[in-house]
Amino acid sequence: MSRILIRGGRVLDPGCGRDERCDVLLEDGVIVAVDAAIETRGAEVIDAEGCWVAPGFVDLHTHLREPGQEYKEDIASGGRAAVAGGFTSVACMANTQPVNDDPAVTDFILDRARRDSPARVYPVAAATKGLKGEVMTEMSALVDAGAVAFSDDGKTIMDSGVMRRVLEYSTLVQRPVMTHAEDRTLVAEGVVNEGPVSTRLGLPGNPAMAETVHVTRDIMLAEHTGAHLHVAHVSTAGAVQQIREARARGVHVTAEVTPHHLALTDEATAGYDTNTKMAPPLRGSEDVAACRAALADGTIDAIATDHAPHALHEKEVEFTVAPPGILGFETALPVVLDLVRKDELTPLELVSRLSTQPARILKVPAGTLAVGAPADVVVIEPDHEWVYDPAKGHSKSRNSPWDGARMTGRVLATVVAGKLVFHADRGVLAP
Amino acid sequence: MIATDLIGIESLERGDIELILETAERMQELGERQVKKVPTLRGRTIVNLFFEPSTRTRTSFEIAGKRLSADVINFSTSSSSLSKRESILDTARTLDAMQPDAVVVRHDVAGVPKRIADVLAAPVINAGDGAHEHPTQALLDLLTVKQEKGRIDGLTVTIVGDIVHSRVARSNIYGFLKMGAEVRVAGPPTMLPPAVETLGVKAFTSMREALEGADVVMALRIQLEREAGALFPSIREYAETFGLSRASLRFAKDDAIVMHPGPVNRGVELSHDLADHRPSVILDQVRNGVALRMAVLYLLAGRERAAEEEEAR
Amino acid sequence: MRDVSDEHPQPRATGDSTPAESHPANGANVVLDDVGIRRALTRIAHEIVERNEDLSRLYLVAVPNGGVPLARQLAENLRSIADEDVTIGILDTTLYRDDLVTRAERPRLRRTEMPSVVDERVVILVDDVASTGRTIRAAMDALMDFGRPRSVQVVALVDRGHRELPIRIDYVGKNIPTREEDLVLLEGEDGHLEGPLRVVVQPGGRKEETS
Repeated sequence: MSRILIRGGRVLDPGCGRDERCDVLLEDGVIVAVDAAIETRGAEVIDAEGCWVAPGFVDLHTHLREPGQEYKEDIASGGRAAVAGGFTSVACMANTQPVNDDPAVTDFILDRARRDSPARVYPVAAATKGLKGEVMTEMSALVDAGAVAFSDDGKTIMDSGVMRRVLEYSTLVQRPVMTHAEDRTLVAEGVVNEGPVSTRLGLPGNPAMAETVHVTRDIMLAEHTGAHLHVAHVSTAGAVQQIREARARGVHVTAEVTPHHLALTDEATAGYDTNTKMAPPLRGSEDVAACRAALADGTIDAIATDHAPHALHEKEVEFTVAPPGILGFETALPVVLDLVRKDELTPLELVSRLSTQPARILKVPAGTLAVGAPADVVVIEPDHEWVYDPAKGHSKSRNSPWDGARMTGRVLATVVAGKLVFHADRGVLAP
Repeated sequence: MIATDLIGIESLERGDIELILETAERMQELGERQVKKVPTLRGRTIVNLFFEPSTRTRTSFEIAGKRLSADVINFSTSSSSLSKRESILDTARTLDAMQPDAVVVRHDVAGVPKRIADVLAAPVINAGDGAHEHPTQALLDLLTVKQEKGRIDGLTVTIVGDIVHSRVARSNIYGFLKMGAEVRVAGPPTMLPPAVETLGVKAFTSMREALEGADVVMALRIQLEREAGALFPSIREYAETFGLSRASLRFAKDDAIVMHPGPVNRGVELSHDLADHRPSVILDQVRNGVALRMAVLYLLAGRERAAEEEEAR
Repeated sequence: MRDVSDEHPQPRATGDSTPAESHPANGANVVLDDVGIRRALTRIAHEIVERNEDLSRLYLVAVPNGGVPLARQLAENLRSIADEDVTIGILDTTLYRDDLVTRAERPRLRRTEMPSVVDERVVILVDDVASTGRTIRAAMDALMDFGRPRSVQVVALVDRGHRELPIRIDYVGKNIPTREEDLVLLEGEDGHLEGPLRVVVQPGGRKEETS
């Protein structure tokens, strides 16, 4: 019997609407009590005085690169980085090699995760075979194998006819279709947000409307088919507006935003650092403001990192050639805490967007500290100051624009299934 | 001049530009001597790191370096390691270990000279990076105008062509604005960069309005291979609407000069007649290019980064 | 503040060392005022005529900036003494300096104007302050790239010593002993080299000066 007592923290549980100082008792992988001053014996004690205690974070959108690109990351290192960032569950995208468009690959991923990953891993299967955007995958078989959602992320389904059928069919398995919404023909060769910054830098621009046009199309198809559309990494005011209006009409659409799209604008690309190259690109200040407001008012449901490791030699090339994407797990919390510090979100609301909402979208048992819930917990020190050095992080890769940046707020401890898997003073402890 | 690299005109002060132009005028005097060579950079090594082929610019830098008695080495994409697709920064680090006194970089992607400068102790001179900047071209254009017109302040300069893809346009925009000219850009709507007016210029799709009263008209090269069909329907239509001829030049001032960074697509950007005769000053531009590049090499090559600058990195 | 133009120069033959005059402004001492300079240049013009039989071959080549007004005065003197119109050239030596690449900032280049051919001429280099001899060496290197003079002679208004190269000054206006760290300058009113000139010594004022 294993027992952990998390003592004296501010418990933030959006599931029950709780925001108060409490002790939390975990036993055999389950939450058994949440109360002021719990008395118990034989428990490992985690001192959470001055800390927040929340349900472990759930990341809707990550790239673990295994199978096929293990030099960038694998399920083991990704899982370690995830728990170091407070994520107890991660959904990993299908753009691996081979693509996760077959139950055998889904099995493999889950098998690896069981063996190597301290965090829970939920595979997102491809929506079309080989991510080619032509023929849909065997959704039923994939769900049976353990897939929680479908997405061609990494690519976009350009053919509207195909997207319609994908959305229609997904209603059979009642799982969300996650869209990387960028009209490729409008993106063309764009690598930075189209606007004054792309003009100054002399780099091809990727216009905001490439996202808006595509989100609009996807929403209309979702509306028509009744499917659950989930919009990945929203970055523009235009997309936000479409989602808001669709929600008002009763369309089943959910949305996520990354920490970097909440914190950085296209001005960050001024030095041509390829660690500021993402897809979708960093946008102008108005788009960033719109996304922050949308996250606050619930139009955007969740925060998802889009953790995208790339090797150094892949990033140290010309800006137009470098693969887009940055690490996300270990910087997410301090970056999004800024919204709480600026009074745009309450701590409870933040936790909801990091944990409760994503769990609800994926339909996985997480996101709450209710008695009987799985013991996935994160203990946070919201004011701890530190400097981020990706070389000391747990990912195999180092591609982050926050390399060397001062951060405020960190994960003190992470518990998955009732086991302490990470502690800031001791590192990753499992598996 | 404080800076040790020349990455673009955007970060130069007017005083820096004036110093470079004045130094170039001294270098022009050298070009009139029998012995055009001086021992100034003797024993110094200048590396031309050209990821994008360019005979004209490379030769211009080579002559400039040799007139200053420097040893000039050419690394071009056809030679060894670059074609192995070594990462840009690996190439830069390898080069850094060989301790060159100046590195001239040209690449078809914006940002590469800046990234190389971040890694290299030696001064880096940008010979053109994607659509970003081509500072020595703009500087020789400024020199040409200064000598033709006696001044740059108060002139009206119109730049015509594929502005969105043009580093020559961007560098000239910054240069002419800093030296007190009014700058206009003109081209088909598909070739005007988004928010171009934030750079401080007025944008026109009408040639007539753009040329009205201009003192200097600069025509840019159209990339025929890339663009016909995508950004404009045909070469014929481009030449009709935006090509410069004596007829369209009527709208500019009587003593307006015509410039082009070369090589010219005769009959497209410039009529055959204008390409070869006054008021076009294209050959002066080329001539001034060597003196200008000598000036830049004189001012930068072999300079060590100051300790404070190192720390600021 | 004493008016420098009221100064009576020391009534001695030049070429001797004289103690520095004191001048209350900004720590600099005037060691040679305008009248003194004029007298020195008159004497030098006479010496040039004495030593050179064929004045028609003379070519005064000034090292800018200081050498220029001095060369002009010399030319005027030669015109009035010997009725000879001597050609004046200006030769910037900056690109031939041996200390360029070690400096943080590159010095500004000055205009070069060499209206005449150098071949077979008797070139007289004119510089304001001679010290290490390096400027004269650079001037000779520059001159050689213009052609082959028949001979080269050197005028320096002031020789302050500290020679580092085997360079001989043929005609000296005044010898002024200095410490290495002193700065010796030819200047005019308001920092321009027009009108009345004077030579000043700024004790300890030297940052980089080679001559």
